[in-house]
Amino acid sequence: MKWRESTFALPTLIGLLSALGLFASLLGDGWWDSLSWLGLGVPALLGIWPLLRRNKARP
Amino acid sequence: MRSTTIRRWSWLHTWSSLICTLFLLMLALTGLPLIFHHELEHLLGEAPELRELPPDTPHLSLQQLVDAAERHRPGEVIQYVGFEKDEPNGIIAITAATAGTEPNASHTFMLDARSGEPVAMPAANGGVLMFILRLHVDMFAGLPGKLLLAFMGLLFVVAIVSGVVLYAPFMRRQKFAKVRHERSTRTRWLDLHNLIGIVTLTWALVVGITGVISACADILIEAWREEALGALIEPYRGAPPLQQRAPADELLRIAGEALPGMQADFIAFPGTRFSTEHHYTVFMIGSTHLTAHLWTPVLIDAQRLEVTAIAERPWYMDALSMSQPLHFGDYGGRPMQMLWAVLDVLTIIVLLSGLYLWWVRRRTPRLKPTAQVTQ
Repeated sequence: MKWRESTFALPTLIGLLSALGLFASLLGDGWWDSLSWLGLGVPALLGIWPLLRRNKARP
Repeated sequence: MRSTTIRRWSWLHTWSSLICTLFLLMLALTGLPLIFHHELEHLLGEAPELRELPPDTPHLSLQQLVDAAERHRPGEVIQYVGFEKDEPNGIIAITAATAGTEPNASHTFMLDARSGEPVAMPAANGGVLMFILRLHVDMFAGLPGKLLLAFMGLLFVVAIVSGVVLYAPFMRRQKFAKVRHERSTRTRWLDLHNLIGIVTLTWALVVGITGVISACADILIEAWREEALGALIEPYRGAPPLQQRAPADELLRIAGEALPGMQADFIAFPGTRFSTEHHYTVFMIGSTHLTAHLWTPVLIDAQRLEVTAIAERPWYMDALSMSQPLHFGDYGGRPMQMLWAVLDVLTIIVLLSGLYLWWVRRRTPRLKPTAQVTQ
């Protein structure tokens, strides 16, 4: 997967998604809200996920 | 990137973060309960509850409500009357010793629009949530407190931008979201700091910048008074002070006719800082999602009840209005509040891990930033 090797490709995509999430709910309810939850849900999950993982080999 | 360049950005990142970290931690911690302040008010029993009355019970006139408010607070005058979408049978009244009294010394309560009965809003006047809010807004230090926090917010933005610049050399040999759990605690937290920092970047920038704008509200409102109101009230210069104002009853109709299709959000009474000495100012909002955040003020002569002018809405007042939802996260339902809370906690983790990384590096001064990158 080349995407993960590029330094800024995925961060840019996530940044754009977050921006979409931040602004969608300003425009309407219903679908717009869902779009917001998706847009902000991605960075929230990506932030939590590595905190939940620990290396089992480490004492 | 050359190593001297990295060192310079690293210096900027370290110091801009270090200076603002304590304040940002305070802001992030106090901000967390404020995301849920509506829910917490209900939980604490501090949300205003109106009496059950038959539907279609008629409303009192606006002037009757103003009189009821001033009867309830003897020795005080009304400053503002606000309208809430969620509670069509109530109006919010703000009273104080004089019309020009500063906001922290005013009293806020609800009036049942059908009976004129006052209903307390304890959370708007004191209590634990108000304490947290004041810490968050100005640390009980008024304008200097707000400006200090605005400056800390700017440093936070500098820290974020320099962090993004440094992200490149740090990630040169690493895949996105790769956390080296098997390496030292320091390396693991460096990876976590970089990853969580970069994914929360947009949110943190928006909440940071809108916080800075909100912290400058007093200055923006003052500029708007000078610029927009100054010219409009030129004809009133030297006019004798307002002796008696006409009843408020017709204000909503007059403003509605001046701006069809818009609704009143609040009325600023003569002498308050959102109005002039000679006007009622009705702040109208649009009916679409976006325009519901933007205020258009209608100045109504308080003696003759004629529209003097529809005030300009300068860009910085629009920026201030839009900063509020984007800072509070209260415009996308419960899931958005939850996401706001998660992103806030993640920001706290980025702040603390940054502090930790600085601390460990300080103890091993021989480690150069370039060595750190490839480590």
